[in-house]
Amino acid sequence: MKDLVMNAQTNKIEARKVQVYYGTNHAIKDVDVDIIDKTVTAFIGPSGCGKSTFLRCLNRMNDTIPVCRIEGRITLDGEDIYDARVDPVQLRAKVGMVFQKPNPFPKSIYDNVAYGPKIHGLTRSKAELDAVVESCLRKAALWNEVKDRLSAPGTSLSGGQQQRLCIARAIATSPEVLLMDEPCSALDPIATAQVEELIDELRSQFSVVIVTHSMQQAARVSQRTAFFHLGNLVEYGETTQIFTNPLDPRTESYITGRIG
Amino acid sequence: MPHNQHIFSAFDRDLEAVQALIMKMGGMVEAALSDAARALETQDEELADQVRLGDAAIDAIDELINTECAKLIALRAPMGSDLRTVLAVMKIASNLERCGDYAKNLAKRSKVLATLTPISGAAGSLRRMGRLVGLMLKDALDAFIARDAALAEDVRQRDQDVDQMYNTLFREFLTHMMEDPRKISAFMHLHFIAKNIERVGDHATSIAEQVIYLTTGSMPGEARPKVEGVQSEPEA
Repeated sequence: MKDLVMNAQTNKIEARKVQVYYGTNHAIKDVDVDIIDKTVTAFIGPSGCGKSTFLRCLNRMNDTIPVCRIEGRITLDGEDIYDARVDPVQLRAKVGMVFQKPNPFPKSIYDNVAYGPKIHGLTRSKAELDAVVESCLRKAALWNEVKDRLSAPGTSLSGGQQQRLCIARAIATSPEVLLMDEPCSALDPIATAQVEELIDELRSQFSVVIVTHSMQQAARVSQRTAFFHLGNLVEYGETTQIFTNPLDPRTESYITGRIG
Repeated sequence: MPHNQHIFSAFDRDLEAVQALIMKMGGMVEAALSDAARALETQDEELADQVRLGDAAIDAIDELINTECAKLIALRAPMGSDLRTVLAVMKIASNLERCGDYAKNLAKRSKVLATLTPISGAAGSLRRMGRLVGLMLKDALDAFIARDAALAEDVRQRDQDVDQMYNTLFREFLTHMMEDPRKISAFMHLHFIAKNIERVGDHATSIAEQVIYLTTGSMPGEARPKVEGVQSEPEA
């Protein structure tokens, strides 16, 4: 019985012995992580600990940084994402990303969401595209607020709405994994709660990996938490365990707000 | 404190404050229990009255601890060992509050007992049991402050001795009551006294278990060792 339950969790992403260097700076040291499918995983740690750097490795966002060098192996459903045959653009359609600050395209609300499906040729007709846009805006809990002004510019929305628009845009390509780098740090508590509610709903469809400075947020939304410190993955486990009974003294110092 | 300090030092002050309150409450309860035991033995009605009236202060400090813990949770959102500390403090406060009630009950009975036929023999056993339980409570609280899981485990183990003594007394009292029904009233009181002392031992054990949770992060795994109980014990 226990084996069955264990097997029910499949690893979506597996990272093994990942090293990241920015020039001579060794930013990520020997990190092994399994991201479980249909689970929210939170990366926490002090500024500069490498959590965002590591997150960006998961959809090859670091490729654009010339001095950045990555070693080790990261697989998505068993396939090496750094394999020469992998197209990063295709990869990023599968592994979507939401950033710290809402960054809607200078286009209409509709076009923001429709952009991904269009360039990836995911829809065959206008009607199909309309359906995708509506469904993503609904999933992002934004539809009711914008359905009457879909042609208004995305930038005309409030900060919280813009962030939900970016989430709608990120899920429009039907990703399998959604990476979120501090998605709520520019939002007020109500917009934050809406985004957290959304993350919790998205969990039934994708894996979500979220970097957050708010430990309360990590505790609220995630099922698993990884604590990074000075480029090392110090501890990774069930969120409940990390926040009630962390095993590593460095984790304990960090989550309780003590000098490590 | 066995820990590093918080970056935000007011958090340390708040955590230390609730723990200081627990120690103060522990001191009050220990004093109430030993005064109640002394009042019982020396039939000192004045002392018994003091214990009875003193329980209100114990209840008040219990409420204060609960309010302070609620504040800590709301304002500081404690995590990890801080969270376990606050949870343990709340639980220990309610254990101590119950012990205070038992001390009050002992004091009440000592007044009634004073009006009844003096009973020799039982006093010695009750005194021994009282001393044992008093020491358990003291050690459990010391273990809390020192975060000493080994001492806490020792307290847990000692509870079986108390249970054993209670069972022996129970049988003894029963024999006396069957021999001389005129003494039933006095022995019923003595039995409740024994039961109350035994219950204080249970609360000391519960405090010790909180200390183990606090230091190790999990409640003692194995079921607590238990001595075969008496068949039909009346509820105190």
